[in-house]
Amino acid sequence: MRLIEIGRLNISARVWLLATVIITLAPHAMTQPWWLMLLCVALLCWHVRELYVGRFKPARRLLILLLASLAGVAVKLHFGHFFGKDPGVALLAVLLCLKQFEMDSDRDLRAAVFLSLFLQLALFLENQTLPVAALALTGTLAATVTLLSIEDVRGSAPQQLRAGGLLLLQALPFLVVLFIAFPRIEGPLWGLPSDAFRASTGLSDSMEPGSISDLTESSAIALRATFNGTPPPARLRYWRGPVLSLFNGRSWRAAVAQSDTRPSYIPAGPAFDYALTLEPHNRPWLLALDFTAPGVTQARYASDFQLLASTPVRERRRLALRAYPETPVGVTEAVGLLRLNQQLPAGFNPRTAELVATLTGSAPDSESKLTRVLDYFRGGSFIYTLKPPLLGRHSVDEFLFDTRRGFCEHFASAFVVMMRMADVPARVVTGYQGGEVNPIDGVMVVRQSDAHAWAEVWLAGQGWRRVDPTAAANPIRIDAGLAAALPEGELLPLMMRPAFEWLRDLRHQWEALSNTWNEWVLGYNPERQRRLMEWVGLHRPDWKTLVTLLGTAITALMLGLFGWALIRERSTDPLDRAWNAFCDKLARRAFPRHAWEGPIDYAQRLTQALPHHANRIRHIASVYANLRYGPSNPKHAQLARKLMQEIKQLDLK
Amino acid sequence: MASGRTIALVRATVDRLLFRVRGIEPAPIVLGQRRIFVLPTPTGLIYLLVLLVMLIASINYNLSLGYALVFLLAGAGVVSMVHAFRNLLELSIAPGRAEPVFAGDLARFRLLVSNDSRRRRPALRITTADAGPSESFDVGAHDTHEYALLRLAGRRGLLALGRVVIETTYPLGLIRAWSILMPDAQCLIYPAPELAAPPLPDHANSGQGRREGESGDDDFAGLRSHDPADSPRHVAWKVVARDGPMLTKRFSGLEGRELVLDWSVLPVNLEVERRLSRLCAWILVADAQGRPFALNLPGVRIASASGSQHVQACLTRLALYRENIHALD
Repeated sequence: MRLIEIGRLNISARVWLLATVIITLAPHAMTQPWWLMLLCVALLCWHVRELYVGRFKPARRLLILLLASLAGVAVKLHFGHFFGKDPGVALLAVLLCLKQFEMDSDRDLRAAVFLSLFLQLALFLENQTLPVAALALTGTLAATVTLLSIEDVRGSAPQQLRAGGLLLLQALPFLVVLFIAFPRIEGPLWGLPSDAFRASTGLSDSMEPGSISDLTESSAIALRATFNGTPPPARLRYWRGPVLSLFNGRSWRAAVAQSDTRPSYIPAGPAFDYALTLEPHNRPWLLALDFTAPGVTQARYASDFQLLASTPVRERRRLALRAYPETPVGVTEAVGLLRLNQQLPAGFNPRTAELVATLTGSAPDSESKLTRVLDYFRGGSFIYTLKPPLLGRHSVDEFLFDTRRGFCEHFASAFVVMMRMADVPARVVTGYQGGEVNPIDGVMVVRQSDAHAWAEVWLAGQGWRRVDPTAAANPIRIDAGLAAALPEGELLPLMMRPAFEWLRDLRHQWEALSNTWNEWVLGYNPERQRRLMEWVGLHRPDWKTLVTLLGTAITALMLGLFGWALIRERSTDPLDRAWNAFCDKLARRAFPRHAWEGPIDYAQRLTQALPHHANRIRHIASVYANLRYGPSNPKHAQLARKLMQEIKQLDLK
Repeated sequence: MASGRTIALVRATVDRLLFRVRGIEPAPIVLGQRRIFVLPTPTGLIYLLVLLVMLIASINYNLSLGYALVFLLAGAGVVSMVHAFRNLLELSIAPGRAEPVFAGDLARFRLLVSNDSRRRRPALRITTADAGPSESFDVGAHDTHEYALLRLAGRRGLLALGRVVIETTYPLGLIRAWSILMPDAQCLIYPAPELAAPPLPDHANSGQGRREGESGDDDFAGLRSHDPADSPRHVAWKVVARDGPMLTKRFSGLEGRELVLDWSVLPVNLEVERRLSRLCAWILVADAQGRPFALNLPGVRIASASGSQHVQACLTRLALYRENIHALD
């Protein structure tokens, strides 16, 4: 088989390209199927071997085509479709690896670099955090150096790296200017493929035993809140999510709720102003603190008192909100709705029904029924645990009488079932409870591990009252958080363990930094751009203003760059510097040295023009000529410095 | 043919009006900022397209970092334009010597590309209108690179190198910076020697050209001062051995059979270029045999001699026969 000669191939460019490909593909391993990454790794290893041995077989197009089609079929089988970002990225990754074996010209190399750039962009679909940004910057540097090494074939690797680094460094001002002033458009421009937004961790609109305790394993941030003034106390930090009214004996689901541009309640009590920054969770609920004041234009008020967005929250969203936690809500509720909140499936939990009958049989009103059931929870010595035993058909029965171990969802579910058995309208509310203030920037952070389920009970004349049976059974959960509430020895997420105090400090620092990054870099949207421009002094900036600003800034940058390019570097040789200084000095007196004139000829001409300085000029020229053209002198450097001084002292006035 | 001429005319006009080409330039040609031009390469246009697609994707998916990546890459593209420009800036180009060649051969022009700065200048290319893209070369800091350009020598006379383009696509291959030069480089083109030329016009078959002393073939006819071009066989070594001066022996016979390559004795119907070709071939044969010869052209007579200088002088006469001699100077 014919082997391509090595001399014709640009090895350094191919090594740089390999580095680019590895840096680009590695982070995709987190989201792409394992078999795909295995294929890529195998292909790249084979390519590394080729590079190492230095023998390249000519591209076997048929084999490459076969592998590409196989990978295409596999991708189709895995994802079920071709159109979407995941299969797209998968296909690009395979093609990029296969491309390594078809490098006949510089054009192939460049095509591979451009493919890598696309894959770097695709990385941001999953993750735009600081580390990913750093990784992408490294990848961009590698891609730049690859393009550079295609041109600068004979440069050494450090030379290529330095030139590429300089290029990116000089490109940074352009990045900043364009990032700030490029007219921002809110996407999407057209319909996105259905898998554009991955179902991320977060609440769902149904609840089964275990669904919330799964969430608590994650310390991912669900939302952040920056309060103006003191944040509300821990017992008021209930971030309202889906309200679940329908029970089928095992799982809870949300009933259809109406929504309006105004809330149905009239706010009362103390108010808390805060800015809510919600992480995307691909659901419309906004998880506001109970209960939001009217006047939020970008949101709707649901009849179950949730705050809803008009579209699913697909990017980080910021809202300025005001909460009145002590507002009475739902004082007048429709009879139909109340009846819905009293329904139970037949044939479930007979033992609980007996218990409720004995507990509340003699109770005169809903209020006292509530008290008695809550007292039962308080005195029931229930154990709060992240790892409750599995429950069977009569889940509430088994929880109350057999296992007595459960998580908030067990408590909330059991409590609501009991209240409904006692003919009191009740429902489950899910959301987040708690929040920790980051001491670095004072921002309250609510994590997935703060997910919680509580209950609401409707009392005539009072409306819906929040009741947290978990708090009744285990008050520490609400006041001190999950970590304190769990029994000794139960495994917590690493960061929540008290022994890792220093790690938590570090995390605080990091999260404060991430928050700044999120707000100012990732959250830079048309709205923020407008505000920034107004702050600068451009009122009501339209795209024309922005384009003018952009044009001016870019022109200034270009002029600066050209100025930099035109700088004649100064010679490092002291003798050269001295002689140049001399010539410059005389040029200012209108006697520039001609390009062809040697020092002696020049001095000759000067002495005729400036007879008063003839001696010194002749001396300087002869010293220079001696040092430059004469035999080497051990005191060269010293003499050159002395000459420089003489030239400086030369006064031609 | 006509379209080729039109293209040449358009190019000359564009060169003059747009690229400030003003005829032959004195050496050295220093590339100043005003004569360096930059435009994107086809790769640069594809790069632009790639960035555009990436920008649309960023807008569509609201990727803030996507914007940042696109803007960084766009910035790198713009910066690479300045770097390409800077890679040519202040280079100085001087023509080197071009050895004469025969028509039909490749003339070898040399250009000395000097870099007077501390930066190395990678990936430079020199192209001419009739030569395709060349291999790139680097010029180190404070260094000079000698670049050889081959051009087909079509016809005898002086071949001017003409329009030369020095260009670079360094650093990223996205932008091409170039400058058009008209270096003062010329190559002397001798006529092509006639293939299968008739034998040398000796007295035997020429019938004319007989000179005095023709009969005394190898008779010693005295000594004359030595010329470096004289054959060592004719040096009077005995005189040298006696510490005397270098002298050359004269033989009346040789003098008598002096080889004269004479334009006027060539067949009348032979056209000018064929005549020059034949004379050229004869000169080469005579030189190969080490025989002195004289050359007679209309209006020019070069006395009999031998040696490389004599050969070159004669060939130059042939090359420039009825050409503009002043260009030679």
